[in-house]
Amino acid sequence: MIEVRNLTKWYGRVLAVDNISFEVAVGQVVGFLGPNGAGKSTTLKILTCYLPATGGRVSVDGLDVLADSLAVRRRIGYMPERVPLPGEMRVREYLTYRAALRDIPVSRRRAAVDRAAERCWLSTPEDMTRRRLDQLSRGYRQRVGLAEVLLPDPPVLVLDEPMIGLDPAQIRAMRELVTALGADHTVILSSHILAEVEQTCSHLVIIAGGRIAATGTPAELRRRVVGPSRIIAELKGAEPDELAAAVAALDGVSDVQHARAGKWTRLTISGDDESDARSAVAALAAEKGYPLRELRRDVASLEEFFVQITYDQSITQARREPA
Amino acid sequence: MRKTLIIARRELLGYFVSPLAYVVGAMFLAASNFWFFHRIFLPGQAASMRPLFESMAYLMVVALPLLTMRLISEEYRSGTIELLMTAPVTDAQVVIGKFIGVVGFFLAVLATTLVPLMLMVVFGRPDAGLVIMGYVGLILLGSAFLAVGLFASATTEYQLVAAIVAGAILSALVFLPGAVVAYGHGPWSRLAARVNLMTYFKDFARGIFDTRGVILLGTVTALFLFLSVKTLESKRWR
Repeated sequence: MIEVRNLTKWYGRVLAVDNISFEVAVGQVVGFLGPNGAGKSTTLKILTCYLPATGGRVSVDGLDVLADSLAVRRRIGYMPERVPLPGEMRVREYLTYRAALRDIPVSRRRAAVDRAAERCWLSTPEDMTRRRLDQLSRGYRQRVGLAEVLLPDPPVLVLDEPMIGLDPAQIRAMRELVTALGADHTVILSSHILAEVEQTCSHLVIIAGGRIAATGTPAELRRRVVGPSRIIAELKGAEPDELAAAVAALDGVSDVQHARAGKWTRLTISGDDESDARSAVAALAAEKGYPLRELRRDVASLEEFFVQITYDQSITQARREPA
Repeated sequence: MRKTLIIARRELLGYFVSPLAYVVGAMFLAASNFWFFHRIFLPGQAASMRPLFESMAYLMVVALPLLTMRLISEEYRSGTIELLMTAPVTDAQVVIGKFIGVVGFFLAVLATTLVPLMLMVVFGRPDAGLVIMGYVGLILLGSAFLAVGLFASATTEYQLVAAIVAGAILSALVFLPGAVVAYGHGPWSRLAARVNLMTYFKDFARGIFDTRGVILLGTVTALFLFLSVKTLESKRWR
C-alpha cells in the first residue's frame, strides 16, 4: 500500500531523513517509533504530500506523492502532530467544512459527521459538537482531529503522535479504536513511547537520527534485538556449580549462569526460542528437595534496545552539531 | 470550482465571527458616513457620490490590509495550513477561494454605503450611471487591493507584517505613479501615467467606463493572485 524508497530530506543544511526505505502492506498497523527529532514527522509529512522529498520516491497505492498528489491525498487521512484547528469554528461546523473539502456529497455530509463524532466520543457521553474549537481540551482536540480523519473513511490513515497528551483512559480508548480501525484500514502511527505502539501495532519501524534502526513485528524485533527469553530461578540446597550443572542438563536449556544472592543461588537460564524450562526446573527442585523461592520467565523487552537507540542518536547528533 | 467555493464560504463566514472584521467594517462605515454628512449631504451640494467614492479609495489603502492580513498568515501560525494542504485541494483553489471570501466581505462592507445613497435618492436626483460606474470602479480597485493583501499574507506567518507589507505595496501603487508624473519627466513619467491605478479609478468615479482601467486593475488582481499561489507553493519547498 505504501512504499518508501531511499527517502532523503534536507531542511536547508540539516539532514532530517537519511535514505530510508520501508513498505507497508494493506491492512497493517505500523508503528513508527523513534526518539524526538528522529525524522518521524518529516517522513509522515512527505507521505501525506505536505512536504516534497529531497530525494527518493514515495508511493501510496501505486501513486507517486508528487506526480499524483491529489489522488494520494484522497486516499489518506492525516492527523498532524498537535492537531492544528481553526479556533473560531465550532466542532460540527468544522467537521462539516472538512467533509465538504474531502469530497463528501452534501446529502451524506450530515450523516458522515454524526458517525465520525460518535465514533470519536464527541457526541456521547457529552455532546461537544457545539463547542468552539479553541475551548477544547487537549484530549478533545485530539478526538476532533481523529474524527476529521475518519470522515471520508480513506483506506490509509496517518496519525502523527495520536496518543500524546491523552489521559490513561483516553489512551486505552484510542488504542482500542486504532486496533478496530486496523481491521479494514492501513494505519501508520508515530510515537516516541514504545509501550504505546508495542500493543497496538502489527509492525514496527524504529527510526533514529533519520535512519531506520530496525523493522519487523514486535515479536520478531524482540527476538532479533534482545535475544530469546530467559528464565530466572532462585534455589538453594546445593553448591551453585552443582545447581547450575543440574539445570543445564535439562531439556531445551542451552546456557545457565549463576550468581550468589545471599544464601540463595540465582540462576539465569537461556534456552531455545520457544522453550520454557520452568516446569522442568520446578520438577527438578521438587525431586532433589531444593527449596525454590523464585521462578519466573523474563520476557525480553524492547525498551532497553529503544533506550540504547535514543542514546546513540543523541551522541551522533552531539558529534554532528559543531560541524 | 466547488472546492474553491467551499473555501470561500468558510472564509466569508469566518469574517462574520471575527472581531477585527467588525472593527474594520465600523471604521469604514464611520468614515464614509462622516464624509457623506459633513461634505455631501448639505443644501446646495451636488447630488453626487463621487467625493465619497474618492475618499473611500484612499481609506481602502489602510483598511483592506487589515481584512486580508489573516487570510493565509493565520493558517501558517496556527498550523492549519498543514491540514489544508494535505486535503485534496490545489494551492490555486485555496488562494482563489480565500480571495472570493474576502471580496464577499468587502462587498458586504461596501453595501453599507447604500444607506447614504438611499438618502440621496430621497432628497435629490443622483445620476444613475455615475453611481453605478463609481461602484464598478470601487469593486475593481478593491479586488486589486485585496489581491495585494492576500499576497502579503501568503509571505509571512505574522499578521502584522502582512498588513504592513500590504499597506506598503498599496501605497506604492497608489501614490508613486502620481509623484513620478508630477516630478519626473520623459518616458518614466509617461509610463507612470499609464499605470496609475487612481487615474483610472477617478475616471470610473466620473462615470467613464474605460476598458483600459478594467484591464489594468484586472491584471493587477490576477498578477497578485498568481504570486500568492506561487508563494504558497514555495512554502512547501522551504
